[in-house]
Amino acid sequence: MIFTPFEVAETVNMFTNQHLDIRTITMGISLLDCISHDSKIARDRIYDKIMLKAGNLVATAEKIEAEYGVPIINKRISVTPISLVGGATDDKDYVNFARTLDRAAKETGVDFLGGFSALVDKGITKGERILMDSIPEALSVTDRVCSSINLGSTKYGINMDAVRDMGHIIKKTAELTKHADGIGCAKLVVFCNAPGDNPFMAGAFHGVNEGDSVISVGVSGPGVVKCALEGSKGEPFDVIADKIKKTSFKITRLGHMVATVASERLGVPFGILDLSLAPTPAVGDSIARIFQEMGLEYAGAHGTTAALCMLNDAVKKGGIMASTHVGGLSGAFIPLTEDEGMVEALNVGSLTIEKLEAMTSVCSVGLDMIPVPGDTPAETLSAMIADEAAIGMANNKTTAVRVIPVPGKTVGEWAEFGGLLGGSPIIGVNKFSSADFINRGGRIPAPVHSFKN
Amino acid sequence: MNSVVTVVGKDSVGIISTISGVMADNSINILDISQTIMDGYFTMIMLVDISIATKEIKEIRAILDEAGVKLGVSVTIQHEQVFQAMHRI
Repeated sequence: MIFTPFEVAETVNMFTNQHLDIRTITMGISLLDCISHDSKIARDRIYDKIMLKAGNLVATAEKIEAEYGVPIINKRISVTPISLVGGATDDKDYVNFARTLDRAAKETGVDFLGGFSALVDKGITKGERILMDSIPEALSVTDRVCSSINLGSTKYGINMDAVRDMGHIIKKTAELTKHADGIGCAKLVVFCNAPGDNPFMAGAFHGVNEGDSVISVGVSGPGVVKCALEGSKGEPFDVIADKIKKTSFKITRLGHMVATVASERLGVPFGILDLSLAPTPAVGDSIARIFQEMGLEYAGAHGTTAALCMLNDAVKKGGIMASTHVGGLSGAFIPLTEDEGMVEALNVGSLTIEKLEAMTSVCSVGLDMIPVPGDTPAETLSAMIADEAAIGMANNKTTAVRVIPVPGKTVGEWAEFGGLLGGSPIIGVNKFSSADFINRGGRIPAPVHSFKN
Repeated sequence: MNSVVTVVGKDSVGIISTISGVMADNSINILDISQTIMDGYFTMIMLVDISIATKEIKEIRAILDEAGVKLGVSVTIQHEQVFQAMHRI
């Protein structure tokens, strides 16, 4: 036999008991050639191009899934930030663009389509302003469209006008989707240092420096890492760091193989492989449980930041060696509602918003899927975004905020978003005002280490 | 195209016979076979060639699942490349 029984059993176990999966195959599509001064023409071109490029995406992914025996959970599309396409038109809002994207998403059968986006880290153009103002309605009248705003970067600093406005936009989005606990906000993420090749939602968009179309693959597997650490109680960190590295190498190799096959069959170049430990609400698919395996009673206990730092780094190191092109976010995600171990940590009083913020300084994203009280002031939401953007800007890393001010609900009440988005009790936020700080507007200058020319 | 079939569970009479029967019925050639006891469980690994199989892999998987339920074991079938990617550089 060309494989040993141990090797075969290890791999089979990853799929059958440890929730290893290809989390997403995401096709990035450039819409720059769809631009027209006539909005209707632009929207028709967008629809046609998406159908042309991604018409076979779902069928191809399903065929690979069956042939290889590897679960592929999501099929997605990311497109050029719509602000760049809409800006050429005379439209006063871009809700119709969102409807077109939603129609294309449903017709192709993909789970989500990202790119109702604007990149405003230095300034806001007319098209970007209109797009931002269109977000609440766009997310309330569509089902599969995701929106993201990049409002800070290490190179250009933080656009505090956009930070101020996004607090209000998030509030309004929640209000317009209050029948479902403000689910519109689960499809909206605010970034600092957003990567243009991230295959994960809600933050995926097709960067302007990308080619015409590209296939990127996100592979996940928190359960595999947790199982790899089982039985290592008392062993020093050197040993567990190595175990995580080896595990992430193996699962990234799998992702790379699937990405290569998908790219060949679709006739679209391979972009990047994103190895992100992305939890789901399923038991055994949790990042928090990895911390517990490392020796912390619950996620959030002192030591969690160090644990996450080591985990994130070891995951990246293993992943980098396993694929020709590693990109996107590649690290550990720490969403609250999507991780049953995190929810339990919150329930027992181990996890606070402040600890989550500290953890974002070393994880691969930020404050993710955090339900907060519905009466949280817009300025407080903006201030949370400012803090996260500052962490990202100063540390030269991606940070993001996806908070949901759940309308009509307060601390401790359950917020439910369903499916992979999960649910959790609402977490408390600092009740003191940040209003005068946020209402200053302007720009926070880029940090000194941005001057590398 | 080669696939790896695994059977894991409690040992009983007729496992290899049943699984091999499924292969023969569907024109799947068995290239290699090994069995061992791992962590107390019967573990059989079969390398098969499905390039001239008479059914789609989806259907073969469903038939194997059904056979597994009857035998009280868990049966999987995955492309050889999955194992190549993970265990061979």
